[in-house]
Amino acid sequence: MLDQEKWAETVLTVVGLSAVAILGLIILFIFKEGLPAFTQVGLWQFLTGTDWLPSKGKLGILPMIAGSFMVTAGALLIGLPLGLGCAIYLSEFATPRTAALLKPTIELLAGIPSVVFGFIGLTLIVPFIRVFFGGPGFSVLASSLVLGIMILPTMVSVSYDALRAVPLTYREGMLALGASEWQTVKMVVLPAARPGILAAAILAMGRAVGETMAVIMVAGNSAIVPGSVLDPVRTMTSNIALEMGYATGLHRQALFATGVVLFVIISVLNIVARAVVRRK
Amino acid sequence: MPKIKAINFNFFYAKTQALHSLNLEIKLNNLLTIMGPTGSGKTTFLRALNRLNDRVPAARHAGQLLLDGTDVYAPKVDVAELRRRVGMVFALPLPLPLSIYENVAYGPRKKGINSRSRLDTIVEKALIDAAIFEEVKDRLNSSAQHLSGGQQQRLALARVLAVEPEVILLDEPTSGLDPLSTFRIEETLQQLKKQYTIILVTHDPLQAARINSDVAFLYLGKLIEVGPATEMFTRPRNRRTEDYITGKFG
Repeated sequence: MLDQEKWAETVLTVVGLSAVAILGLIILFIFKEGLPAFTQVGLWQFLTGTDWLPSKGKLGILPMIAGSFMVTAGALLIGLPLGLGCAIYLSEFATPRTAALLKPTIELLAGIPSVVFGFIGLTLIVPFIRVFFGGPGFSVLASSLVLGIMILPTMVSVSYDALRAVPLTYREGMLALGASEWQTVKMVVLPAARPGILAAAILAMGRAVGETMAVIMVAGNSAIVPGSVLDPVRTMTSNIALEMGYATGLHRQALFATGVVLFVIISVLNIVARAVVRRK
Repeated sequence: MPKIKAINFNFFYAKTQALHSLNLEIKLNNLLTIMGPTGSGKTTFLRALNRLNDRVPAARHAGQLLLDGTDVYAPKVDVAELRRRVGMVFALPLPLPLSIYENVAYGPRKKGINSRSRLDTIVEKALIDAAIFEEVKDRLNSSAQHLSGGQQQRLALARVLAVEPEVILLDEPTSGLDPLSTFRIEETLQQLKKQYTIILVTHDPLQAARINSDVAFLYLGKLIEVGPATEMFTRPRNRRTEDYITGKFG
């Protein structure tokens, strides 16, 4: 009996640690592959160089860093208010029947393959922007719109759960004072659900930074720092996906180094966001 | 005319009937204690009076529940206005994530009172009436969430008083408090009943006896007996009342 207990414990410990080990190996691998590029190009030159011309040996990824930031910020600008508004409606104002119908529908968005989002962006959003706002249509704006929609399910369902977790007594205390539903949401429900809503935003941000396929299809992918939201843009993930197929030598190492930079940026964003959540 | 009058009032949650043909009167500036075990319908009665039960899906009522002779369920009744007239203190106090001052000032502000000096007067009076002013007067601007449970409950009472309601409902306001805090709340109620019509809900016969007002005993959604505490606790007319106050069930 005791033996069995010991066995189970050992097996589960190994399984648990292997997940961490896999993460460790991935980190080790991309750093090992990417570090030579930092030493050869020079870290500062690599991060702040504005020219990405691998055939001429110019390897600066600032356009891609800027691209990832702009596209992610745009996606959050669109997706966060929309997602939070939707979650507030579902949790506070919709009848239980409406919520039971709408929430799974929104979560279904998460199940649509990203290439399909890209396809819709390509055939609807890109021409729309080209016709009504000018420019090539393939742009920061197009990418932000597509990503903004893609992060909705995460944003809606995580913040919905946070709002639902606010005890009923909190709401009733306000309502009993003669406050309206909206005043109650503003004064009590949102402040109480804030950590959960921030967690939703972090997850949504992670999704937006990491998304590759849909962005490649609508971003235009020029490796130039965009001058406006109507200019084409290339993100770090797109950069890796577009060129990894044929890259060799230093070029290939530079792509891995792009992955390292992406990894560091996402980790820092996560740590900062978590610290904000914890500080309350 | 009684301040509050229930005439054949029934309440249902979906198919469950929580109140059965309740007939009850509360006179102006009187305190009524509603006593009964869990599930007796006492909280349902309070939540019908300020219509908090509106939010419960599939909840419905039958019969009349009059406040100053007007049915609280009449179509012309403004629910937010009703809830300002009928304030409520809950079992679990909940300070807003604001300062002590702002917690109390919130209700009056919502009524459109913005003058700082008027707010100051209202807040001070409410805190004094809720018997908490002396303890918090030097830190009105610090967060209300650092107050003790008993203080939070009296702050909740002050918050209700600041809206200047006509009726105050208290739903087991001392269930989470120590004996000393309980005593202070009960003492406060004795003062407040001179100016307000108060309904106190409790499961505790001892509290009903200490409050020593009119007592209504509810059991399984039915009014079993109502009368002055002195009578009910010395000569209960109903067997179930006697069993409850002597602790045989509940």
